[in-house]
Amino acid sequence: MKIKSHKDFFSGLMFLFVGIAFAWGATNYTIGSGARMGPGYFPLVLGVVMAIMGAVLTMTALVIETETGDPIGKWAWKPLFFVIIANLLFGILLGGLPSLGLPAMGLIVAIYVLVIVGSMAGSEFKLVPSIILATALAIGSYVAFIWGLNLQMQVWPTFITG
Amino acid sequence: MDLINHLSLGFGVAFTPINLLYCLIGCILGTLIGVLPGIGPVATIAMLLPATYALPPVSALIMLAGIYYGAQYGGSTTAILVNLPGESSSVVTVIDGYQMARKGRAGPALAAAGLGSFFAGCVGTIILAAFAPPLTEVAFKFGPAEYFSLMILGLIGAVVLASGSLLKAVSMIVLGLLMGLVGTDVNSGVARFSFDIPELTDGIGFVAIAMGVFGYGEIIANLAHPEEDREVFTAKVSGLFPTKEDFKRMVPAVLRGTALGSCLGILPGGGALLAAFAAYTIEKKTKLHPGEVPFGQGNIRGVAAPESANNAGAQTSFIPLLTLGIPPNAVMALMVGAMTIHNIQPGPQVMTSNPELFWGLIASMWLGNAMLIVLNLPLIGMWIKLLSVPYKYLFPSIILFCAIGVYSTNNNTFDIWMVGAFGIIGYIFHKLGCEPAPLLLGFILGPMMEENLRRALLLSRGSWAVFVQRPISGGLLAAAVLLLVIVLLPAVKNKREEAFVED
Repeated sequence: MKIKSHKDFFSGLMFLFVGIAFAWGATNYTIGSGARMGPGYFPLVLGVVMAIMGAVLTMTALVIETETGDPIGKWAWKPLFFVIIANLLFGILLGGLPSLGLPAMGLIVAIYVLVIVGSMAGSEFKLVPSIILATALAIGSYVAFIWGLNLQMQVWPTFITG
Repeated sequence: MDLINHLSLGFGVAFTPINLLYCLIGCILGTLIGVLPGIGPVATIAMLLPATYALPPVSALIMLAGIYYGAQYGGSTTAILVNLPGESSSVVTVIDGYQMARKGRAGPALAAAGLGSFFAGCVGTIILAAFAPPLTEVAFKFGPAEYFSLMILGLIGAVVLASGSLLKAVSMIVLGLLMGLVGTDVNSGVARFSFDIPELTDGIGFVAIAMGVFGYGEIIANLAHPEEDREVFTAKVSGLFPTKEDFKRMVPAVLRGTALGSCLGILPGGGALLAAFAAYTIEKKTKLHPGEVPFGQGNIRGVAAPESANNAGAQTSFIPLLTLGIPPNAVMALMVGAMTIHNIQPGPQVMTSNPELFWGLIASMWLGNAMLIVLNLPLIGMWIKLLSVPYKYLFPSIILFCAIGVYSTNNNTFDIWMVGAFGIIGYIFHKLGCEPAPLLLGFILGPMMEENLRRALLLSRGSWAVFVQRPISGGLLAAAVLLLVIVLLPAVKNKREEAFVED
């Protein structure tokens, strides 16, 4: 059997499996009856509904002809990787990782790392413009968030502030 | 005379220096993100939500509202000058607006968009002020069954708005509803789907979802296409004022666009985007005057009508939010979040319990529209300069503001991990062609729907018939079914697909 619409086929599978997962998870809670709903009732119903819709979507993707086959296309691994890594590093540097004994490095260091690593997601990466951008954003964020809005977050590394 | 009293109360609130300032900030930010392609009001409002913690609730809502309707103004600038919709609701403005710019008539196009938006914004605000109180009266008669049915209608309405497959859009809504249920169940105290992660017992932060899916997901998707060279008509904007002939064409189009936009904004699932689409379709149907430029080649009506409609729709989509507490679109869903952050339960009681907030917000929209017309016509040069900022500087900044914003909601790095995860999920949605807006709406409505369903069935002793037996509830459900049937009719279905394809 040939897949007629790749996008619909795989999104159908996604809804099917996520629906089953939610419905199955809901059975761990009290279901109850219509008049006295337990915490599992609504998620169970929704999970089943979603799984059915996912199944229908998958079936139609196998049957209904499309002109192009709706290909999903190439995954943009590079932007995906660098954007997410920049985000993760920002979190680790800003808050530290107590479970691994990593101290917090504070907002300023985190901004530099996020901007430089994040910029690598673009089509061309140049270090110097990224550093300039990071500096501008660091100053701007300090003024706007720490001074202006008075947000409570660590600005400098722990070993400097103590 | 109530209206006058209410409005004078509202203007009293809106005219304080601090609220004027936040209204201005909101309008400037809205225009800014409207002009910049690749960032929309949903991501911006999500980013700024945490920053509004420290503000009084009125100022916070005035600013956030300004971002939404300000974006409708800014979006047209990019559409006309760069052939790119700066905002999703300006998608149809691109068609005729850009052609006008190519013919050296960028000035009149911008003026038509600006003046049309201003007129529509004022009318939309009047409608909001006039219709909100009577609707609130109706809302007080609503029981849980009515609320449940209304939410069904709203969600079905949102589906009509989504482009592409209906089935996918409904599935996205259900997925959103399910994600909304994560966390502690208020009735039993059971932590659902939290995998023993303490942060998840409070539920998934909707700021994390909105930023991950609409911020990170969009950035990754944008970066996947290399930047194209686009012709930007920056130097050629001269002679802003439309000719007499232009005015003659524009005025009826603006009136039609405003009327249509105001109606579609009120409907659940409506809002700026749907209004703009519908207005353009109607203009295209009307007969061309002798000597008029055909549509698609730079007809001024093709700019004036959708731009008026999207602004009118943006204003009137506040009606369901303020009167019923039900968000009709993703931006309004975020406004629900903003109100809850400030301990205001959205719903019909807002008007009586927080009249200064209710009327202050409405009055501020008038002032905001006046500020926007000044910001967007005489100061247009400033925004044009902004269009030359390359995306490579823009996207790291957006990542940064998302990360800082989400961290400051709870001062917890867990939210940063969540926003990363939703970034990946958002990109998957993009690749699979699943529109994320219905998901966000479902997410906000999930807990409300469960609660109302529970109450309704408790009162009816488990009988589902209550939803059709009660007249208002039955009527709302009938409307939802009717809507679905209309959309599924072959003739409408083809038209709908056409409408979304041609852009």
